[in-house]
Amino acid sequence: MDTRLNTTIGNLNLINPVMTASGTFGFGVEYENFLDLNSLGGFIVKGTTGEKREGNAYPRLAETPSGMINAVGLQNKGVEFFCKNIYPIIKDKNENIIVNVSGSSIEEYCKVAGMINDLDTIPAIELNISCPNVKQGGMGFGVDKDMAKEVVSEVRKVYKKHLIVKLTPNVTNIIDIAQSVEKAGADSLSLINTVLAMAVDAEKQRPLISTITGGLSGPAIKPIALRCVWQVSHNVNIPVIGIGGITSASDVVEFMLVGASAVEIGTANFIDPSICKKIIADLSDYCDRHKLNSITEIIGKI
Amino acid sequence: MCFLLHLKSEEPLCNIQAGQFVNILVKDIADRILRRPISIHDVDYTNNEIIVVVQKIGKATTKLSLINEGDKLDVVFPLGNSFPLIGEKPLLIGGGVGTAPLYYLSKKFNENNIRPTILIGAKTKDQLFLIDKYSAVADVYISTEDGSVGEKGMVTTNSILNQQFTSYLTCGPAPMMKAIAIEAQKRGVDCYVSMENRMACGIGACLCCVTATTKGNECVCTAGPVFNANDIKW
Repeated sequence: MDTRLNTTIGNLNLINPVMTASGTFGFGVEYENFLDLNSLGGFIVKGTTGEKREGNAYPRLAETPSGMINAVGLQNKGVEFFCKNIYPIIKDKNENIIVNVSGSSIEEYCKVAGMINDLDTIPAIELNISCPNVKQGGMGFGVDKDMAKEVVSEVRKVYKKHLIVKLTPNVTNIIDIAQSVEKAGADSLSLINTVLAMAVDAEKQRPLISTITGGLSGPAIKPIALRCVWQVSHNVNIPVIGIGGITSASDVVEFMLVGASAVEIGTANFIDPSICKKIIADLSDYCDRHKLNSITEIIGKI
Repeated sequence: MCFLLHLKSEEPLCNIQAGQFVNILVKDIADRILRRPISIHDVDYTNNEIIVVVQKIGKATTKLSLINEGDKLDVVFPLGNSFPLIGEKPLLIGGGVGTAPLYYLSKKFNENNIRPTILIGAKTKDQLFLIDKYSAVADVYISTEDGSVGEKGMVTTNSILNQQFTSYLTCGPAPMMKAIAIEAQKRGVDCYVSMENRMACGIGACLCCVTATTKGNECVCTAGPVFNANDIKW
C-alpha cells in the first residue's frame, strides 16, 4: 500500500482518494471478481429509500456522445432490506462503506438516515438531495437553498456520524446551495450528480428513455464537474468530494487540483470494472513523477 | 451483414453455458464508451476460443468488422444465466442474429444425445447466415417474410409448430418472442426466451437493462438473459 495516497474527508481516513459512486457500483460485491474492495478509499452503495421502489420503466439507458443518460429511478429494496440482508454481507469489506440515502419527503430521509446511523461499520452517509430521476424525489430539495437547508438540518438531528451531502449541478448558483447545506450541518459535500439531459431517436421520432429526460454521466460532464468543484471548494470550509466523468488518474489529479479531497468513480466502472485498480496504481506513478510525499499536497492548488 | 469473430482467450476457458454472453470493449470509436454485449455462438475448448456472431449495425460493430487476426480485445465473460436443457424434443426458434446462441445450445443438447429442431426466421434469404452449420447439429426449418427460402411468413405461422414439441427455447426480436410465448401457452409447452435489453455494466450493478417480470424489475444481465416466458410481463 502506498501511504502517499492517504487522504481524509473530515474525520474519515481514506487509504487513497478513489471511491466509487452510488448507483454505479451496486453493493460492491458485484465487482469482487474484478478488484479487491479493500483496495478502494471507500465505496458508496446504491441509493436507499424508506420503502422498496421498482424504479422507472425500461428503457432506462441511452448512450450519448462520451457519456450515457440513465433513468433508473432509484430502484432498490428499501432500507430495512439493506440493514437485514445486505449490510451483514458487506460490512467488513472496506473501512469506508457509505450508504447513499434518498427519499421523497423529509420524514423518509430521516427514517433511512436514522436506521443507517445504527449500523456499526458504516461511518458516513451520502445524502442524495439531487437525483433528477424520480418524479416526486430529490430534485426539489437540491435546487432550492431553503429546501436543501431544511432536509439537511432535519437529517443532521437524527444522523450522528459523517454526513456527506451530494449536490446537483442543475441549479443557477451551486455556491448558494453549497453554503446553505454547510450551514445546515453537512460534514462534507460530494459533487456533481448527473446533469439533466435528453436523447432522441430521429428515425423513430421518439425519446430514447421512458422518462423522456434523465441524468447524463461519463466523460461528457467532466468539464462541468470540474467547474462546480472549483467554485464550491473555494467557497465552503468543509471538504469536497469530486465526481463526474473520471476515467483516469490524471482526471483524479485534475479534481484534486481544483479542490477535491477525494473522488468518486462512476460510469467508468461500467466501461472497465477493474478501472479503480488501474487508477490507484497510476496515482502512485503520478506521485513518483511529481515527487509528492502526499497526494494531498495538490488539493486546491488551482 | 453478419460476421463471425473468434475470441481467443489468453487463459484457459472456464465452463461456458449456452445462452451466456460476452461484453466487448471496442476502443477508440468516436464518442461511444460502453461495452457491447454479444451472445455466445460457439465455444472451441481445443483452441481456447469463444465464437460470436456480430451484426454490423453501428460504429462499434463496424469497428469490430475491421479488426485483424491477432489484434487484442478487452472482453468480460461469461456473463448471464443460460438456457435450461429441458425436453426430449426441443424446438429452438431464432429470429435474425438472435439465432446465433442456438448453435451452441444445439451442441449442448447433442451432448445429451438429443438432436433439436431449429426454426429460423428472417426477412429474406440474404439475411440467413451459417445454415449449413446449424444443419449439422439440428433439423433446420426456415421462415422468410418474402418466401425466398423456406415457408413464407413469420416463424409463428411455420407449419413445424403443428408438431408436438416438449419445449420452446427462443432468441430474437421481442415481438417475435412474445408471439412464441403466446403460442407456447396455447399449446401448453414450456417456453424460455433470451432477452436483449440495452445494458451499461453487464454485471448487475447499474440496473439499466431491467425487464418487467412477475417478481418486479429484474436485470437481464444477471437474472437473465434467459427467462421463463411465463415470468415476463410482455
